[in-house]
Amino acid sequence: MESQLAQYIPVLMLGALAATFAFGTLLASAILGKTGYRSRIKDTAYECGMLPVGEGSARFSVKFYLVAMLFILFDVEVVFLYPWAVVYKDMLVEHAHLIFGSMMIFLALFLVGFIYEIKKKAFDWKS
Amino acid sequence: MIPDFLNDPSHWGHFLFWSAFKVMMAFAIIMPMVAYSVMLERRVSAAIQDRIGPNRVGPFGILQPMADGLKAILKEDFTPSHVRRIYFILAPAISMIPAFLTVAVIPFGSKLGNQNMVIANLNVGILYTFSIVSLGVYGIVLAGYASNSKYPFLGGIRASAQMISYEIAMGMAAVPVFMLVGDLNLGKVIAYQADGAWLVFKQPIAFVIFLVSAFAETNRLPFDMPESETELVSGYNTEYSSMKFALFFMGEYAAMISVSALMVTLFFGGWTLPFMGLNETATSLAGGILHILIFLIKIAFFMILFVWIRWMLPRFRYDQLMDLGWKRFLPLALANIIITAVILWIGHL
Repeated sequence: MESQLAQYIPVLMLGALAATFAFGTLLASAILGKTGYRSRIKDTAYECGMLPVGEGSARFSVKFYLVAMLFILFDVEVVFLYPWAVVYKDMLVEHAHLIFGSMMIFLALFLVGFIYEIKKKAFDWKS
Repeated sequence: MIPDFLNDPSHWGHFLFWSAFKVMMAFAIIMPMVAYSVMLERRVSAAIQDRIGPNRVGPFGILQPMADGLKAILKEDFTPSHVRRIYFILAPAISMIPAFLTVAVIPFGSKLGNQNMVIANLNVGILYTFSIVSLGVYGIVLAGYASNSKYPFLGGIRASAQMISYEIAMGMAAVPVFMLVGDLNLGKVIAYQADGAWLVFKQPIAFVIFLVSAFAETNRLPFDMPESETELVSGYNTEYSSMKFALFFMGEYAAMISVSALMVTLFFGGWTLPFMGLNETATSLAGGILHILIFLIKIAFFMILFVWIRWMLPRFRYDQLMDLGWKRFLPLALANIIITAVILWIGHL
């Protein structure tokens, strides 16, 4: 049982245990918890004791979407860095210039994209 | 008495039994750690603010976590009628489970008997950890969305933007570590540090970026904008009560413990200590237990740091947080990668 796929069995076990604990305690609290009364005022959304104004999911700044899109772009680039980082030391022995040069080109492209985003003020929260 | 397969590594039952045993053991260690880190937080913050802190339940208040847990279960389990019910109930569980899953690949000791003290010895190691850490954001966003109320909603979207921003800084900060080690398996990272120096001395910049990102990733002060009680009441968990609220709380502390364990593993040598032969894999039972204790003490150090910083620094503003993540840490981490690459390259010319 040394294969890599078998190593995920304990991960599943841990996940199952954590899920059992989470839902078990939720169930326990639903069964054992005090049952109080329900009233219209108690059911309102919490807004510091005032009556709620407008809908619950308010409009929010488009900046949050922008951050999410930038995240996808940069995260993909970060993921590409990992395989390179792992083989870097081994490949330096025989193909030093190849592995170093090719990654520097990739990072240069990364940097160009980053500078473009800065110039476009994509990272400026105030504006 | 003992079935034969427990001592026979080639038997499938051997693997399953000991895996289940290790999972149980890890869970049995983490749960009290979560409970007592809440306790630690309350006592240390009391000491910093010149108060006494909880000291009534049991001697020196050591039974306080049990009392808190019991209280959380027995409180009224109130689900307001304006929420999106299914997501509302799922969200606390979803925010807690990833925090526990992260520890699966972290070696928490060398050996006990013939068992490696790691739950799953994955060769993708750190990639698994990062992928699970990023799942943590879903519980919080879902809580904010499901509450259908203004403060939780704002807390939820703030948390999503903050956590994904710092994930990039965190991921890039860790790259130079793996350039030096040459393997993604966290056991190899520890072996590398046992042979030479701890990586915190070789990659101080990476460690600083990782540490600050860890604070942002776990929504701790000075980066707790998703919760900031002075403006958002309590952020994403405003509408929650009883055990559902307690699960968010436990998830936050479990995330702090697992990110501390990750920092200990990546930068502080994991279960090793560079003297008295503690860098070697343990051969005796006592040695194995000592290694686990060393690992737990290193984690405790980071937990105290988390609490200490909370009372040392004021909260950042949201635009400052985003500036720090994108405009400072990202280029800094990139520069760190390039410098490490150049140094290794020159060494081979």
